Formats: sequence, C-alpha cells, structure tokens
Amino acid sequence: MPGNARRATMAVLLAGTVMVAPALGDESAELVIDGQVFVTRTEAPEHMEYVPEIISGWVFRSAETQAVQMDDFDNPGMLYVDGGLEEWTNVDGTAGESCASCHGDAESMAGVRTQMPHVNEDGELWTMEDYINNCRTERMGAEAWGWESGNMLNMTAMISYQSRGMPMSVQIDGEAAEYWEQGRELYYTRFGQLDLSCANCHEDNYGNMLRADHLSQGQLNGFPVYRLKWAGLGSIHRRLRGCITDTRAETFGRGSDELTALELYVASRGNGLSVEAPSVRN
Amino acid sequence: MEGVRPRVRVDSATEAGAVVEVKTLISHPMESGLRRDGDGNLIPRQIINRFTAEYNGEMVIDVTLEPAISTNPYFEFDATVPEPGTFTFTWYDDDGDVYTSTNDQSF
Repeated sequence: MPGNARRATMAVLLAGTVMVAPALGDESAELVIDGQVFVTRTEAPEHMEYVPEIISGWVFRSAETQAVQMDDFDNPGMLYVDGGLEEWTNVDGTAGESCASCHGDAESMAGVRTQMPHVNEDGELWTMEDYINNCRTERMGAEAWGWESGNMLNMTAMISYQSRGMPMSVQIDGEAAEYWEQGRELYYTRFGQLDLSCANCHEDNYGNMLRADHLSQGQLNGFPVYRLKWAGLGSIHRRLRGCITDTRAETFGRGSDELTALELYVASRGNGLSVEAPSVRN
Repeated sequence: MEGVRPRVRVDSATEAGAVVEVKTLISHPMESGLRRDGDGNLIPRQIINRFTAEYNGEMVIDVTLEPAISTNPYFEFDATVPEPGTFTFTWYDDDGDVYTSTNDQSF
C-alpha cells in the first residue's frame, strides 16, 4: 500500500528530525465549527484510480492554523463573508437591481458552491465568478468585477459560505464530461522547467514534506481560502496559477478555459468532502 | 477608508468584578508605506495607528499601532467588568477616519 509506505516514511522523518514536527498538525483531529462536524476524510470518488481516501487540506495544516478556522471569530475569512452580505443587497447598475432583487435571501444560495464549476444553459463551463459577472452585466446592467477584486472575493466567500458543511458534488458526466476530460488531461500534464504535473505533488506525494510545506491533496473544498501567506482571501484560479508558476511554467490566465476545466476536475476529486469556505490555510 | 469592518466578541459577565475575554478584529490592509508598486513608486502608508477600548468612559486599553503590524489587526485581552455598562472600541485610521463598535454588559 502506498499509504502505508508514506506513513512509514513520515514516521522515519519524525523520528529523525525534530524540526519537522512543528509544521504538522494533528492528522486525526476533527474539524468542528460551532458544533457542526465537517467531513475532512472520506472515500475517494470512483473515478480516482490512485487515491483511496480524499482528505481536506485542513488536515495537513499546523494545529495553530487549524484552530483559526475552528473559530468563526478568529477566521479572518469571515470578514469577507460580512462584506458579501452587505454587497448582496446593494443596488448597482442601470437596471436598479441588487442580487437580492432576484434571488431573495442569501440563504437561497445554499448548495451553489457544491456544484461549481457548472455547465450553463449554453453548454459552457462556468465558474461561480462567471455566474456572478453574468448576473451583473446581463441582469443588473452593472460593470463586471475583476476576478480577484475585493467585491468578487466578498461575494464568492459569502455565496460559498451558504453551502458550508454540505458535500462537494460537481457534475462530471453528460455535458460536463468533455470539460472534465480536458481538466484531467491538464492535471496529469507536466508543466514548466521543473517538469511537474499536479499529480506529482498532490497525488503521489501528499502527506510528505516539500521543504517546509506539508503537501496536501490540493482540494478545492475550502475555497475561497484565507491564506496566511497572502494575508487575504484568494480565488481558486489564483491558487492554481500559483502552483503552475511554481513549476516555472508560463501559466494560464484567471478565468481561462484551461483553468476552468482544471477547476472542474480538481473539484471532482473532492466530491464528498464538506465545503469549508472560507477556510484558513498557510 | 471604505469597506473597513470591525468585529468584536466579548464574553458576557455574570456578576460585578467578573473578568471577561475580549476579542477584536478589523479588516484593514495596514499598508506600511515601505512597499513599492509595479512602477517603483512608494505606496503611501495607511494604517490603523491607534486602538482604544473604554468601559463606561474609562480607558481599558490604549494601543499605538506601528507599520509592522500586519493586515486585519487582531487584539485579544481580558477586562474586568465592575458594573453593568458598555464597552466602546475605537480604531483610528491614518486618513482621519474613525471606526467604532460597542458591546453592552448587563447582569
């Protein structure tokens, strides 16, 4: 079993060097927020051939980072959720509408995050950002928000938060199949001068140390995520771009077809994990 | 500065003289004034430079913040609640804006 081999390696590492220890949290810890228990480990979806169990990135973080997410007050991502709630009822654009004019309470967005990205009525694969901007430009007569703008992050955080605790369940068959295949292709394609695919780290080596970083499975269930390194919230595409840049490759743009397809595939590798947005990571 | 949101959580005191835990967080970029933008120009400093907590008008804590303090400043401290009343929390921005939040204690 690769898993056993990995654990054995970890044990040797831990025994061999004390310095590794502080970076690691309690891997058997349970994520509970306000009494709500989150699924951070579960059986992998059928389509994953090489990974027996899918694990939330929360499990791989230090005890301190884990603790920040376990308290909604300490979690700085909740500031963005508050901002999104304000924006929800804010009238903008020529049509004189707010999000709430059509959608009612923000709670109506429950479940949306679990299905993103999603194939729209025209057969195109859209991320949550695409849906939001379509609403703004087509229905509200307002300007589209930048992918990584404050307003967009507030809104994706708030909408995602409505699904917190619900299991990820993106569609990968039917109209989505073609995009999913494209995403899978990208996942296993080596990029950059370092010649690394997503799988090299997040499938073959999760649980191992990459220098000071405890490699996770690269799950998306916590996004948008508050990264301590960023001192702010960031989108899925920002993270994907970061990873690809780290392979010393020229990367794809935010909102590009490639990253959207990759987002779908990576999200499907987390089907069954609880939505944690806004999560806290290193 | 727009979009700055304070958050406060204070334990509820159950009797006079009780010690309560106070947690405050405010969303703010805390731009240090030492960074440069893509064109090499200094980004002007804009930070929260002072934070105070008062209880019924009496100062509980008065903090001077410096540019080295990171984004979204967080404070956690204990305070003694001598009688029913109100905490007033105040943050002072470099641009002159003042943000406040309150918490009522009754027992």
